[in-house]
Amino acid sequence: MIGFWTLFYKELLRFWKVGFQTVGAPVLTALLYLLIFGHVLDEHVQVHGVRYTSFLIPGLVMMQVLQNAFANSSSSLIQAKITGSIVFVLLPPIPYGAFFAAYVLASVARGLMVGVGVLVATLWFADLQMAAPLWVLVFAVLGGAILGTLGMIAGLWSEKFDQLAAFQNFLIMPLTMLSGVFYSIHSLPAFWQRVSHYNPVFYMIDGFRYGFFGVSDVAPEVSLMVVVACFAAVSLLTLSLLKRGWKLRA
Amino acid sequence: MIAAVSIVDVVKHFGSLQALAGVSLEIAEGEFFGLLGPNGAGKTTLISTLAGLVRADSGWLSVLGHDVVKDYRQARSLLGVVPQEIVFDPFFSVRETLRIQSGYFGLRHNDDWIDEILENLDLAGKADVNMRRLSGGMKRRVLVAQALVHKPPVIVLDEPTAGVDVELRQGLWQFVRRLNNEGHTIILTTHYLEEAEALCGRIALMKQGRIIALDSTANLMAAHPGGTLEDVFVRTMNQ
Ligand SMILES: Nc1ncnc2c1ncn2[C@@H]1O[C@H](COP(=O)(O)OP(=O)(O)OP(=O)(O)O)[C@@H](O)[C@H]1O
Ligand SMILES: [Mg+2]
Repeated sequence: MIGFWTLFYKELLRFWKVGFQTVGAPVLTALLYLLIFGHVLDEHVQVHGVRYTSFLIPGLVMMQVLQNAFANSSSSLIQAKITGSIVFVLLPPIPYGAFFAAYVLASVARGLMVGVGVLVATLWFADLQMAAPLWVLVFAVLGGAILGTLGMIAGLWSEKFDQLAAFQNFLIMPLTMLSGVFYSIHSLPAFWQRVSHYNPVFYMIDGFRYGFFGVSDVAPEVSLMVVVACFAAVSLLTLSLLKRGWKLRA
Repeated sequence: MIAAVSIVDVVKHFGSLQALAGVSLEIAEGEFFGLLGPNGAGKTTLISTLAGLVRADSGWLSVLGHDVVKDYRQARSLLGVVPQEIVFDPFFSVRETLRIQSGYFGLRHNDDWIDEILENLDLAGKADVNMRRLSGGMKRRVLVAQALVHKPPVIVLDEPTAGVDVELRQGLWQFVRRLNNEGHTIILTTHYLEEAEALCGRIALMKQGRIIALDSTANLMAAHPGGTLEDVFVRTMNQ
């Protein structure tokens, strides 16, 4: 257990020591999105009966939770692999389950910190109520855990920074951007609505947004099941990769 | 008695390259053992299979009776490895690095021992300096310190003195000798053969993934009267 806590604590310190970049910068990015899209569209658009700015904020919060959870585990692993400092965690007797939990929980922590930062910063722009705070928390934690786990897979798989960047740009970015952060999928043509239902990130955002407005595109219980199933799938995959020492132990 | 390290028929390929071609070796508790051989002989690969960084294609390895695959947690907690390459985590100071490494081995409140290691490796003055600000030789000392945080009964040093100044070299050997006298088993690789000659009780010479000579330092030297270990090394390699 001490091994797990130490690795978790080390992973927290790793991003906290450069918190300006790892927490501050994503909060600023989200604010810029809000200023631009909110300003342009607020007058004209209403979704689920709420003003566009209010609709947009939970999406932006969740998008930053997800992207930062992914960034945390993936960048930590690739840096350690490329610099060779990964040996410091491979030599000690840390069980692979503890290894997994430490990286994923640290990713969730960074995601939540950024999420809270975005939420607090956007309070000035819209007055937002949480209809069901527990759903907000559950989806933020599970979404962060899924992306943190995907970040581990990406970090294990990549041997160079540009491979990791490809994973991020061609998979994670499209999945999060096309998930309904900026729109309700009901505003999409029928074909793209159906496509969106195959994007797991759509359920994370939709369920998270339900926690704020009490309305969503899909019932939150359905979203929860999809999200739990996704987390189970990616974590089982990652645990089996770690057990084999895939791309870690030659 | 259980061997400190037992290696049986270990084979390892990297693609088509055979890095270990069936190595068997037993090292007793309390030995000061030298693993010598030219670049690419397979020394680091052998050490890495022992440490679990590399998985052998076949064969068995154990540390104090604990199989490095089946019983990896015990095996790893009994082993301290100083890697050949200088690596460090740029986020932390020397003391933070050593505290974190202690935690990985399940140890809290390890500061007394950490201070002792720092003192012996002449790092006490650098305890609160960030790793990035250390010179190359100092970074290597920290690597030695990291391998020792959990007082491992078996200590493996993969070229610990490459790029290290004379003073530290002597300090390091004094410290390692003391650990050996206290019962720790030491396994050393080095290209400085005088060091191996002075320190090691027994030596294995490796070439192309095989052990081609294995004997006490005295016996190896006796086979080539009047020579140094370097002469023995050169002749054995050319046989
Ligand atoms: N990860 C790896 N992938 C591919 N080949 C490798 C890898 N590690 C080692 N090798 C090869 O295995 C052989 C043995 O290398 P090893 O590092 O064990 O040698 P060594 O005896 O430690 O040499 P040196 O004295 O230079 O440190 C070399 O031919 C090396 O190129
Ligand atoms: Mg080597």
